[in-house]
Amino acid sequence: MEDNVVLTARGISMTFPGVKALDNVDFTLRKGEIHALMGENGAGKSTLIKCITGINDYEAGEIRVEGVEGPVKNRSTRDAQNIGISTVYQEVNLCPNLSVAENLFIGREPLTKLHTIDRKSYNSRSRKIMEDLGISVDVTQNLENYSLAIQQMVAIARAVDMECKVLILDEPTSSLDDEEVEKLFNLMRKLKEKGVGIIFVTHFLEQVYAVCDRITVLRNGAFVGEYPIADLPRVKLVAAMMGKDLDDLAEIKKEQKDFAKEPMEINANGLSHAGTIKPFDLKIHKGEVVGIGGLLGSGRSELARCIYGADKAQTGTLEVDGQIVKINQPIDAMNKGMGMLPDDRKAEGIIADLSVRENIILALQAKRGMFRQLSRSQQEEIADRYIDLVQIKTASKETLVKQLSGGNQQKVILARWLATDPDFLILDEPTRGIDIGTKSEIQKLIVKLAGEGKSVLFISSEIEEMLRTCNRMVIMRDGQKVGELDHDLSQENVMKAIAGGES
Amino acid sequence: MNSKIKAKKNFNSNTLLLVITIVLFCVLYAGGCIAYGSRGFTHFQTFLNILITNAGLICVACGMTCVMLTGGIDISVGALIAMDCMMLAVGMSKGIGAVPMVLLVLLVGVVFGIFQGFLVGYLEIQPFIVSMAGMFFCRGMTAVICTDQVSITEKVNATFYKWANSKITIPFGGYTNNKGKYMVPYVRPGVVVALLVLVVIFIMLRYTKFGRSLYAVGGSAQSAAMMGLNVKRIKMGAYMLSSILCSIGGVCYCLNTMAGSVTQALGLEMDAISSAVIGGTLLTGGVGNVIGSFFGVLINGTISSIVKTNGKLASSWPNILTAALLFIFIVIQSIFAAIRARRK
Amino acid sequence: MKAWNKIKNWPLLLPVLALILVMAVNIIHDAATGVNPMSFFAVSLRDTTTNGTILYGRIIDIINRGSEVAILAIGMTLVVSASAGTDISVGSVMSLCASFMCMNLAGYGVSSTTTLAKPLIVGLLAAVLMGVVCGAFNGTLVAHLSIQPMVATLILYSAARAIGLLLCNDLIVYVRNPSFAFIGAFCGPIPTPIIITIVCIIIVSIVLRKTALGMYIQSVGINAKASRIAGLNSKLLIFLAYMLCGIFAAIAGIVASSRITSADSNNIGLYLEMDAILSVALGGNSLGGGKFNLAGSIIGAYTIQAITTTLYALGVSSIQAPVYKAIIVIIIVVIEAPPFKAFIRRFNAQRAAKGVKA
Repeated sequence: MEDNVVLTARGISMTFPGVKALDNVDFTLRKGEIHALMGENGAGKSTLIKCITGINDYEAGEIRVEGVEGPVKNRSTRDAQNIGISTVYQEVNLCPNLSVAENLFIGREPLTKLHTIDRKSYNSRSRKIMEDLGISVDVTQNLENYSLAIQQMVAIARAVDMECKVLILDEPTSSLDDEEVEKLFNLMRKLKEKGVGIIFVTHFLEQVYAVCDRITVLRNGAFVGEYPIADLPRVKLVAAMMGKDLDDLAEIKKEQKDFAKEPMEINANGLSHAGTIKPFDLKIHKGEVVGIGGLLGSGRSELARCIYGADKAQTGTLEVDGQIVKINQPIDAMNKGMGMLPDDRKAEGIIADLSVRENIILALQAKRGMFRQLSRSQQEEIADRYIDLVQIKTASKETLVKQLSGGNQQKVILARWLATDPDFLILDEPTRGIDIGTKSEIQKLIVKLAGEGKSVLFISSEIEEMLRTCNRMVIMRDGQKVGELDHDLSQENVMKAIAGGES
Repeated sequence: MNSKIKAKKNFNSNTLLLVITIVLFCVLYAGGCIAYGSRGFTHFQTFLNILITNAGLICVACGMTCVMLTGGIDISVGALIAMDCMMLAVGMSKGIGAVPMVLLVLLVGVVFGIFQGFLVGYLEIQPFIVSMAGMFFCRGMTAVICTDQVSITEKVNATFYKWANSKITIPFGGYTNNKGKYMVPYVRPGVVVALLVLVVIFIMLRYTKFGRSLYAVGGSAQSAAMMGLNVKRIKMGAYMLSSILCSIGGVCYCLNTMAGSVTQALGLEMDAISSAVIGGTLLTGGVGNVIGSFFGVLINGTISSIVKTNGKLASSWPNILTAALLFIFIVIQSIFAAIRARRK
Repeated sequence: MKAWNKIKNWPLLLPVLALILVMAVNIIHDAATGVNPMSFFAVSLRDTTTNGTILYGRIIDIINRGSEVAILAIGMTLVVSASAGTDISVGSVMSLCASFMCMNLAGYGVSSTTTLAKPLIVGLLAAVLMGVVCGAFNGTLVAHLSIQPMVATLILYSAARAIGLLLCNDLIVYVRNPSFAFIGAFCGPIPTPIIITIVCIIIVSIVLRKTALGMYIQSVGINAKASRIAGLNSKLLIFLAYMLCGIFAAIAGIVASSRITSADSNNIGLYLEMDAILSVALGGNSLGGGKFNLAGSIIGAYTIQAITTTLYALGVSSIQAPVYKAIIVIIIVVIEAPPFKAFIRRFNAQRAAKGVKA
């Protein structure tokens, strides 16, 4: 093995049933570097990482780690840890029912002479670890009492404390705010100086350029290339990830008109749901696309869920099409012509084990009621129509939806709602985790729907995306609606509004 | 961000559950004393009798708690006890000594536990299905060993008989009976075994790696695996522990009944589960301890004791009341869980 | 090769294979003991003094005796699909429904009667009502309080028999009335339970075919949250599945009780929850919920009954039979366990690799 290389993977291949997830992928990690692993969803980043950490069992190729003779084949995360590979995942992988200190030390607790756990010692060591990271928490408190961001920091602290040679950070920043991200970056730089090799997976391009030294790009399970950061400006990175230069996004043109004169589709007055969203008013006109801006956890999803009845509104009134309606659960909202694409595709979107056809007709069938079943031929006709309309790439309409890629699954859910012919569609992060090509298709679709007189409530973490499609934006902060922007929609204005305050 | 990050005010439903349990026990017991004081309910011995009758159940409940901490369940325990008793009874009537038989029963417990644990831990089969099959297996096996009721008399095995009938006296809390004789309070050897088990498991859960990893697995099996714990082995360990403790409990149980029969300990799994749940062990795993389960056993014992003292109530009442209590506590747990979810 | 793959993916492969296996055991046993090996399949008409001319044969006996399990399996399939858990209270609920019915038919405290205290239909409705109540109880716990199905149903599993005993005043209540006994006896030459089972199966099949209930239940079983967002009332559907299971348990209870013209709280439906769950698993349904195959469960149910009958024929007593059934359950769940499948795949791959080298 070369000097200063800590980890190499050569020719890694792996298949999931029916899909080549990794095809002859190479990866090299050097000492003291932060190495970004980039690629669109389905490119094979997570699969590669799982091969390294022993969760996936790859079929061909070999992985070598500095200081270990011969190829390494980890059977479990534990094996990986033993040879110095620590991992922090996007979802916090800690035990909420144990204390912070226990979470830091479980599996490697200091023992007393009687082979019992030395609680005192690990509590004080935990205190020290957390203080070193600049986070002062009560380490004896259960983890579940702290925010997600703190939990994520504890997970990182655990990984860092384990004397690792290789630290894998798999999208650790998605639940952190800017300040916390900066803190994490400082920590990463500190570790880098100590000679730890860090693999960093993220969707945020800015973050890559802020800390990384080198980038490896994967596409469709294949290795595209390894580049020093200086040689790969953003545009080229995007091109490498997508395999083509794509300027499609700029093409979307939205219609600018005065919606105040248009009839009202949705008029919410003082809706709220205890613990998630404070009372808010919201008016949406026919044919209007309204965006919700705000940070994660600002209440933007909760606002939508409250209108849709996914979380039942506890106060206030809702008018749809000029009539006051009572919405107790989603089906009530659907009967008033609403539809909602939820942000968590896996948990609340797809019915994984049902076919594409069944997934598409589900909402329409639910609306019709149990006793008015769509005939098989009707179902197939609808499925064919929408597979064609939103261009779902699937082997057949009887393919199980779980076998589709993330972007196509998202399209299936879109098709599900389009099939119900809604007047008002809520789209919560419809473009998250899907490739740029599909993104622009979905954006175009939104504009098209609005052109047909339908109203859309659009939530996204990417402000640019909303600027491109929305006529008006609602700004959320701390579970409260804090303002609306209808003209001068610009990145700067929106950011300022989201950040709030005078600065 | 130098200021201390405050934990959300801890809604400590777990402690609350334990408090409710202890209070419930006191209320029930006090109620029994008031209603049946004249029939000797107030005597210290009545309390000790509850312990004596439920010595086996205490062991089983400890094992059940460990399994439930991992988020699993083991409903084979009642049937396993029946099989243990039958083995003891038949074995001893065939002339095998008490000590070898007890060791054999414990060994069977270990093997059975390893088997169940392997299926749950390594083959990832639902614990309920595995232990249900285990339950039917043991119950049927009891019948395969012998379909009749077999008693253990002094003639069958003098040692075992002596164990069963020896009294360990307690120097305080006695009373003078209506004939003027001073009654010294006592417990049977089973109680000592049960309390020993209780203490050992308490220490294990709190102060050993294995104990803490049971909590970790129950909190989130996936996370525990990610943190490098061998979840499969830990789960297997939990089921093994449950079966061993159940076999120890089986011996204690047999010391009380001195017989083996197919219908013995019918529904005991229910008592063990309800004891654990009443004692604050969450069905979803990760929360609970054996002290709570101990009080759960005492509550169940008090109910049976009251029904028995009353003498007029139908024999099915303890069964119904236990189920009702389990129901109430499950509902309380689910309400707490809902509150906690809302606070997130 | 193609045909082989088709067979391999046939959903009814497991239950049919098991059924064939059981028949084979019977044939071999018959041959070994010197009986005509085909006697297993022989069906004949026989005159009896009590029931007139009736169909007779081991197949008929299995289908007849398997009625309760088949009826329970229908409900159990729905419950497993909708909630990824099993209802272990069905056996006890059967017993409770039977006790409640006989209490109504005989009058409280009466232990034996030949005349009905109330019209038969009142008794039957009482049983079904009790089934609905039990199902609703289980359903509420599972659907509305989100309690693990098996723990929730554990409550009735242990309490229902005790309540039944209470209703019957700790007695075995005998209702020796011909109109009541008819349900468990013969309708013309055909055993009535068979007809009841067929009617149940037909009704359920029609409902599943003509309404969207089947898709709803599967959808909820696969992803309850997503189903709710898509407009399904997940809680109501899970609740409904448990209620239906309760109703089917009641029907099975009526049949079982009528067979013995009594309500024997301690013995009616004993261990039947095991058989019902086993039927569902044997029918190729995942106990993890989601997609279901009713035909599989029903074939599974008759296979179980065939196993039971065979065991008795081989001289195993009814209290020992659970041993063998437990072993079968374990074999089935082990075969279906993903880690086991993965192990077999690896093993085959290794062998294939070795074969190539050699």
